[in-house]
Amino acid sequence: MTSTCRDSGRAPDEDAFTDLLGERRLRSDLGHALRTFNPHPHGGAPPPSTADLNRTVLESQYLRYVIKEVAAETGSSPDEVGEDARGILEEMSQNLQLGFIRLMAYTVTKVLKRLFSSVYVNMDGLNTLQQAVKDGPVILMPNHRSYMDFLIISYVLFTYDIPVPVIAAGIPLAGMKIVGEILRRSGAFFIRRAIGSERLYWAVLSEYVKTIVRTSAAPLEFFVEGLRSRTLKSLKPKLGMMHMVLEPYFKGEVFDVTLVPITVSYDRVLEESLLVHELLGVPKPKESTTGLLKARRVLQENYGSMHVNFGRPVSARQLCQGKIKRCQYNLTPRDLPRKPSAEAQACVSWLAHVMVRLQEEGSLIGPWSLMACLLLQAPATVLTEGGLPWRQLTERTLWLRKLALDFGARLNWPRRVPDSDVISSSAALHGAVVRRKDGRAYLVQEEEPARKHPVGAEEGALRTAAPLLMLASYRNQALHVFLRPALLATAMHVTKSQQTDELCAFFRFLQDVFSHEFIFVPGNSAQDFEEACFFLKKCRALCISQQEVTASETGAEVLQFLQTLLQPFMDSYQAMFRFLSDEGADVITEKQFVAAVRNAAAKLILSGELHTYEALSSDMHKNALSSLRRLEAVTKLSGSPEDEYSVNKAACGRIAGILTGKIPPQMLQTAPDARL
Amino acid sequence: MASNSSGGSSDRQRIAKQRLRIIAGHLQRPADDDSAVGAAECTAQGSKTDASSEERTVPRRRHEIMKWNGWGYSDSKFVYNKKGQAEFTGKRYRLSGMIIPGLKDWMENTFGATLQHKTPATPILNSSAVQAPTLNEVFVEELKSTHIPFSHDAEDRVFRAHGHCLHEIFALREGKIGRVPDLVVWPSCHSDVEKIVELACKHNVCLIPYGGGTSVSSALECPPEETRSIVSLDTSQMNRILWIDEKNLTAHVEAGIVGQDLERLLNESGYCTGHEPDSMEFSSLGGWVATRASGMKKNIYGNIEDLVIHIKMVTPQGVIEKSCQCPRMSTGPDVHHFIMGSEGTLGVVTEVTLKIRPVPEYQKYGSVVFPNFEQGVACLREVAKQRCAPASIRLMDNEQFKFGHALKPQVSSIFTSFLDGLKKLYITKFKGFDPNRLCVATLLFEGDREKVLQHEKQVYTIAAKFGGLAAGEDNGQRGYMLTFVIAYLRDLGMDYYVIGESFETSVPWDRVLDICRNVKARIVRECKEKGVQFPPLSTCRVTQTYDAGACVYFYFAFNYRGLSDPIHVYEEVEHAAREEILANGGSLSHHHGAPTGSRLSQRARRVQARCSISWWTAGEVAAPGLVPQPHSLRRFGRRLRAKAPLRLGWPRPPAGAEAGVRTPSRVRSGAPVCTMGQEPPAPVAQSEGAGDGLLQPPAGPSSGNTHSLMSLIVC
Repeated sequence: MTSTCRDSGRAPDEDAFTDLLGERRLRSDLGHALRTFNPHPHGGAPPPSTADLNRTVLESQYLRYVIKEVAAETGSSPDEVGEDARGILEEMSQNLQLGFIRLMAYTVTKVLKRLFSSVYVNMDGLNTLQQAVKDGPVILMPNHRSYMDFLIISYVLFTYDIPVPVIAAGIPLAGMKIVGEILRRSGAFFIRRAIGSERLYWAVLSEYVKTIVRTSAAPLEFFVEGLRSRTLKSLKPKLGMMHMVLEPYFKGEVFDVTLVPITVSYDRVLEESLLVHELLGVPKPKESTTGLLKARRVLQENYGSMHVNFGRPVSARQLCQGKIKRCQYNLTPRDLPRKPSAEAQACVSWLAHVMVRLQEEGSLIGPWSLMACLLLQAPATVLTEGGLPWRQLTERTLWLRKLALDFGARLNWPRRVPDSDVISSSAALHGAVVRRKDGRAYLVQEEEPARKHPVGAEEGALRTAAPLLMLASYRNQALHVFLRPALLATAMHVTKSQQTDELCAFFRFLQDVFSHEFIFVPGNSAQDFEEACFFLKKCRALCISQQEVTASETGAEVLQFLQTLLQPFMDSYQAMFRFLSDEGADVITEKQFVAAVRNAAAKLILSGELHTYEALSSDMHKNALSSLRRLEAVTKLSGSPEDEYSVNKAACGRIAGILTGKIPPQMLQTAPDARL
Repeated sequence: MASNSSGGSSDRQRIAKQRLRIIAGHLQRPADDDSAVGAAECTAQGSKTDASSEERTVPRRRHEIMKWNGWGYSDSKFVYNKKGQAEFTGKRYRLSGMIIPGLKDWMENTFGATLQHKTPATPILNSSAVQAPTLNEVFVEELKSTHIPFSHDAEDRVFRAHGHCLHEIFALREGKIGRVPDLVVWPSCHSDVEKIVELACKHNVCLIPYGGGTSVSSALECPPEETRSIVSLDTSQMNRILWIDEKNLTAHVEAGIVGQDLERLLNESGYCTGHEPDSMEFSSLGGWVATRASGMKKNIYGNIEDLVIHIKMVTPQGVIEKSCQCPRMSTGPDVHHFIMGSEGTLGVVTEVTLKIRPVPEYQKYGSVVFPNFEQGVACLREVAKQRCAPASIRLMDNEQFKFGHALKPQVSSIFTSFLDGLKKLYITKFKGFDPNRLCVATLLFEGDREKVLQHEKQVYTIAAKFGGLAAGEDNGQRGYMLTFVIAYLRDLGMDYYVIGESFETSVPWDRVLDICRNVKARIVRECKEKGVQFPPLSTCRVTQTYDAGACVYFYFAFNYRGLSDPIHVYEEVEHAAREEILANGGSLSHHHGAPTGSRLSQRARRVQARCSISWWTAGEVAAPGLVPQPHSLRRFGRRLRAKAPLRLGWPRPPAGAEAGVRTPSRVRSGAPVCTMGQEPPAPVAQSEGAGDGLLQPPAGPSSGNTHSLMSLIVC
């Protein structure tokens, strides 16, 4: 698995990228939209029409079984349930039409030209994709950072004569007037959020997805992370869709399923400030056509360039080898509705994590992300008041660039431009966050909104928090490069130990604690540890022998940087665990938890006990709660109307103790987690 | 040893002679020749019988009429003539003497095999390459006194050391000869076999029964580590129909008879068995029983297990047979089902009673073209659902259709070729069938003329529902011809760097399409990964239909130019293909018998046959026998229930073993040593855990499992 991860990331050749907009700026957009589109689909057989597809779904044996069962459960007649299923399918299904793809292509060209200076696509990735589409079902798996991701893949594929995908989208988009229908006809199909236990819906959806895969009707695109990442960090993958997509292979209904990791990297994300405010508790505006029109404001700004990296297609068959016994489906009819076996679930989860890691490795890291890493290491007061010397920032960024390259990162660093220009132009793009004045860099605080009542101290904190969280988001884009070595550096810092065993144990503990914060492939922690050692040895920061890991003389700077990189997470988690064990209630809902923890953190920040504003991010609160659940310090109460959790205060205290190095990590027993 | 001359008389004369003999048989004249029906008393005839052997299809010295390193008759083979056109030599087949213009191009386009790159076989067997026989002198002495003919001539022995697996033929072509039997014996009746088995037990000699030699499960391979004398027991001279019971429509036949003789002789009396496996020219009745064979026309006549009424088998413990010729019994597990599929591990099948049918009045071929394979499978499924399958119905995929097309002999008249062109135009242009996707079903109807026509109509109506177009009798007939000449074609391929093999599986209906697609794709992918330079031929046909599923037959061949160890590559790809079959819910085999030798088959058998009976198929006699009494069977059944799951154990060696006396491990006389209640001794447990040594007994590689199993029956 490491091998697949490692060598797929290797191709940091910027020349392989072609600017899509270059040609668009020279030629007519209309001409592009009306170009002859002649993709070669798979197998020679013509793909089924949408109507055929829907009929196949409704007539499927699987759905018939489920309808019968649901009818028996609810006491209604099978015909009624069948009608319900038809309704669900109508709400859901896409209606891909070439005319609308052309319309979409025209609009997207206009928007892209306005927003971005260039849109880069790697041609080698596209060429292999073109080949893969001919061979069998292809699943496109982009990361999800912005609404822009949604149509960009279809746009690129249309431009390069590859069949355009059908795309899994959230149902709110369907609710938008006109736009919803345009999206539907551009290939989007819509999924309700929180399907939960609604059996019929689940059955229709999964049969729909599986039919698309089985018939190779079109490439299927879905976001394995489930939703847009508010923090620009990879999210823990959702497994439902992944399972639906893989099941036809497990059951032998297709020879193979080709998974294509796609990474869209932005110099600057359209929704940056929106996302940050969501993290700070401002609700997300509802997706609506009027909202979209209001958001025209964003069109007036420059968002730099955008990179779409089509990763090397991976074969599910190859990856799953030895992880799943396909014979298990031989003894029952394959259409029978059944819960997936533990083995299948584990395999799907593993593969989903691998895909997210492949996305991470395909990402292009811009100078701004590296700068964000460094800016955040300065105390907040320095950034807001004293300012950071620009020259120091430049030097440190160049130093970090070298370290990132050592760690195998792919950088988006223009070659033919002097380094200082690269850095200042990146900063200029993000003028909303950092301002350069008198050779120093300052943080741009939000303007004070006109309020009736005087602004409290806590709200003042929020004003600083917003740009800092934005910085943190851009840092997160680069975090995966440094993550594993940083965990090791942190382990060394906390335990003060040099014993490999001890460090490894603490490393694993950190992985457990941050299991929802960062992406770790399940069952891969030994390799992760090795990778950390390998990179730190490579950059000469560590001397590693059989039993011992020692910092070298030259390594202090690297280790210091890495350890500080994770400090905000360590501090925030620590604060949350302390809050739960000392102050919080015994039973708490997620909402209450987020609100209470935010308040507590704000107080700590104001009193100067806590130095990171990231502790205010709701994303981190939710992640912490999830990992506490996994560590069984918090358990979900069954049967309560809202999702209530009972808190094991002692356990929370113990975890906090380990995190500070007061208790050795062996004290903690993690239950083996099948969900991983 | 005695030599006999092959048949020189013409077919007609021979048939006439045989007819006379049959009549003689009916008149119950004591038969003194043994090539036809007759209630003959069996005596050990020694050299006396040689004179009559000219009537037989299979002489003792097989190599006189058959290839020693290839398939079938020496005079029949595909060759490229001086003009570079493919031609089939000889006079025996419909295709014989004809020019096949399309074959060369097909070979070039499919495999990249050209005339320039040749890999000729070693032409003559080099007797010095054959190991000198290890003879058990006492055994040979006593055998002589029975007057049963035997030979230790190198050619005789080499001929019986192999079946027709690819690796076996490939090695022979290269002149490589491994362990071969040390002696060949030709029993001519049941009691001869009894004597041979008894002697083998007495003198610790290893026996391998040999019937038609068409095995593709490596069952005839001599274990290279075997130190005892190996004797090949060739049943080919036990080839008489002993009686025909016209009241019950059964025939009692010696097990060495080959398919074509059985059918021909029965036809002379107006009957047939209807059992027509593709190898029926050479495979023997005993072999069919031992491998659970299946015939092309099983839809009317049934598979071998449906045809067999009674089996007589000689085991080291005695003869095993039922005490009646009843259609069905309910006295515990059917002992026939231990024998069928045992592949020679339990004993030698000597005589079989089979159902027979009157020769059908009318026979008609047919064919249907479908726009694609999916539609074709759907049609076959519907035919099976309505239970109206004709005697044979087969669906070839597009590649195999093209293959069959390439075998079309040169047409003499311009008119026929014009008609062919017109037909092609109609199907591809007018009906819009894609020539790279269409596929063909071949049909064979049999029975009363009127019923056949009616049946035909019914099947064509169903086919039309699935977009099928009737495509004529000729296409159908050629489809069936393909299966008879395919083995000859393999020899041609091997002359030009192409190796290939077939394997088959049975699979539930809903998985037929999936298994076809996945296995074919797996073969292509594996070949690519294993460094095969040219795209392989990977094709299949649905060749039998059942109520709950179908039998799928795969052909797989590739050009091995540029590979250093083609057989190894071949075996790895086949292994992968079989793994794919198992993962897709198919069986390891439908009628070829369990393939041996590969890691996979052993593992797969463990999976598929948790509690099955005889899965080692080295093809030797072992195991104590019994005459089953109803009560012992019943007791067996009870014990089976009580002690399930059944554990297959290797019997503890008798006391002599510890005293340094080498005990026979395969052929054993004396009392059974392992009973159900006994713990299986350690070696088995070890070898079961060892991964690839499934059920491998300590002393010899085979049959331990079956041995103790049979003792289970006895106890």
